[in-house]
Amino acid sequence: MDNLELKKQANNVRKGIVTSTHAAKAGHPGGSLSAADVFTYLYFEEMNIDPKNPAKEDRDRFVLSKGHTAPGLYAALAYRGFFPVEDLTTLRKLGSYLQGHPNMHIPGVDMASGSLGQGISAAAGMALGGKLSKAKFRVYTLLGDGELEEGQVWEAAMFAGFRKLDNLCVIVDNNGLQIDGPIDEVCSPYPIDKKFEAFNFHVINVDAHDFDALRGAFREARETKGMPTCIVLHSLKGKGVSFMEGSVDWHGKAPNDEEYAVAMADLAKIDEELEKEGR
Amino acid sequence: MADVKKIATRESYGNALKELAEEFPDLVVLDADLAAATKTGIFKKAYPDRHIDCGIAESNMMGVAAGLSLTGKIPFVSSFAMFAAGRAFEQVRNSIGYPHLNVKIGATHAGISVGEDGASHQCNEDIALMRTIPGMVVMCPSDDVEAKAAVRAALEYQGPVYIRFGRAACTVINDRPDYKFEIGKGTVVREGKDVTIVATGIGVDAALGAAEMLKADGVDAEVINICTIKPLDEDLIVASAKKTGKVVTVEEHSVIGGLGSAVCDCLCAKQPTPVKKLGMQDVFGESGSAAALIHKYGLDAEGVYNSVKEFLA
Repeated sequence: MDNLELKKQANNVRKGIVTSTHAAKAGHPGGSLSAADVFTYLYFEEMNIDPKNPAKEDRDRFVLSKGHTAPGLYAALAYRGFFPVEDLTTLRKLGSYLQGHPNMHIPGVDMASGSLGQGISAAAGMALGGKLSKAKFRVYTLLGDGELEEGQVWEAAMFAGFRKLDNLCVIVDNNGLQIDGPIDEVCSPYPIDKKFEAFNFHVINVDAHDFDALRGAFREARETKGMPTCIVLHSLKGKGVSFMEGSVDWHGKAPNDEEYAVAMADLAKIDEELEKEGR
Repeated sequence: MADVKKIATRESYGNALKELAEEFPDLVVLDADLAAATKTGIFKKAYPDRHIDCGIAESNMMGVAAGLSLTGKIPFVSSFAMFAAGRAFEQVRNSIGYPHLNVKIGATHAGISVGEDGASHQCNEDIALMRTIPGMVVMCPSDDVEAKAAVRAALEYQGPVYIRFGRAACTVINDRPDYKFEIGKGTVVREGKDVTIVATGIGVDAALGAAEMLKADGVDAEVINICTIKPLDEDLIVASAKKTGKVVTVEEHSVIGGLGSAVCDCLCAKQPTPVKKLGMQDVFGESGSAAALIHKYGLDAEGVYNSVKEFLA
């Protein structure tokens, strides 16, 4: 898929995030939007998956370690064809399969998550399982930068580095903000890249919102042998929605009707620009 | 009685893993730097490529086991009960229980029979913790025969299982030709009509000893061995309670949330019966030999006998 098409899909994912959290009157739009481009790249370009056969054995696996950004994952899965886009508005509602955090009953979800620090361990286990079975699939996991404050992340990193799990790609969404404020004012995990390097990872720093950069980074990760890769995404929290960008307030709050209209107008403007770019 | 066979259930666990490895090619064993103590070292020696030492990092180990199970492996995860059920409780709950994964947890060094290491390592809370996780099977074998049967049953079962093993050598009591094991089924190991003693783990041997002492006093005690605490064999317990009208529970675990609580939960709803719960009475353990501790806390045959007598008086 070319970059223009990826950008269009990413904008759809962003609309899905805004629409679903607005309908739910709850959820986490900020970190979903910062990761919208990587969700799109993984599901529309990078991973070997089949929406018609979500459990196919040789599929690449994805674990959303930062499970609270489920609206981003769900939107990507829906637009990729795992389930109807209309269902996104049932997010977090009683009786909906689209739970507040990912679970095993959602088509395309490989692992339940939401309690921070745990997804990376499960991803490491999947990668080890692949190695033991001599399977070819790759495993991707997305972590928040605030999530790096969890000790279990480093237990898992030590394990993955030591076991040379080169079929594992750890992605960190470094948007710089967590619930209580900027990460370097709460309990700084910086330097992120040097930490993963010290745990025997190949580390790539990349602009989270540049598809050429993402393409290069994921290729480099695939070509890296003998060690796992960590891609540190330098991202903007709330990316694409004017009033959410760079704002701590939009970590875990849903837009009201008025804010929803503004957000959708912002995203419609991006669609218009992308249409122009395509001409 | 010189030739009474004694073996610690942790040893049975290690032996069973090794014996079942060929039959279950997807079995892999994880440990957290305790393979020598949990006895998974027996498996490791025979199948080094299928033993994964995760280092002293139990939380990550539970997640790794979850991931392995999602690729078709059947992981048996081992550590001391204190760390498997205690430290890693939330990982077991969220990464294994909630997604209902096919992960087996073999937790050794449970209860006060850990002995000399003292209270920090004597987990008297694991049954309580594991029982509360929806869909988790919780077992506590009473001897070598039952421990091996439980490991096999866990491997044949699809879903999360917690098995509790002990450090101290214990008497083999189930070595008989008609012995059969089924998850969720208890066994009447001694029939009686005056009082029911429901026991688990090493408590079963103590209950049988107490029953013999009670017989001399003219008290005919029924002894039930409950290996599977969850799901509990409620029919068996209700039927026995109906017959005897008095129930005593014995476990090397806190009386809060363990076998005693499970029995009370059942009887309250189905057959209200006076129950006396023997176990750790809301206290921490301490250092000492296993035998000395079991005696001090009233969980040997003599202690159970005394408590039953008091209860019946």
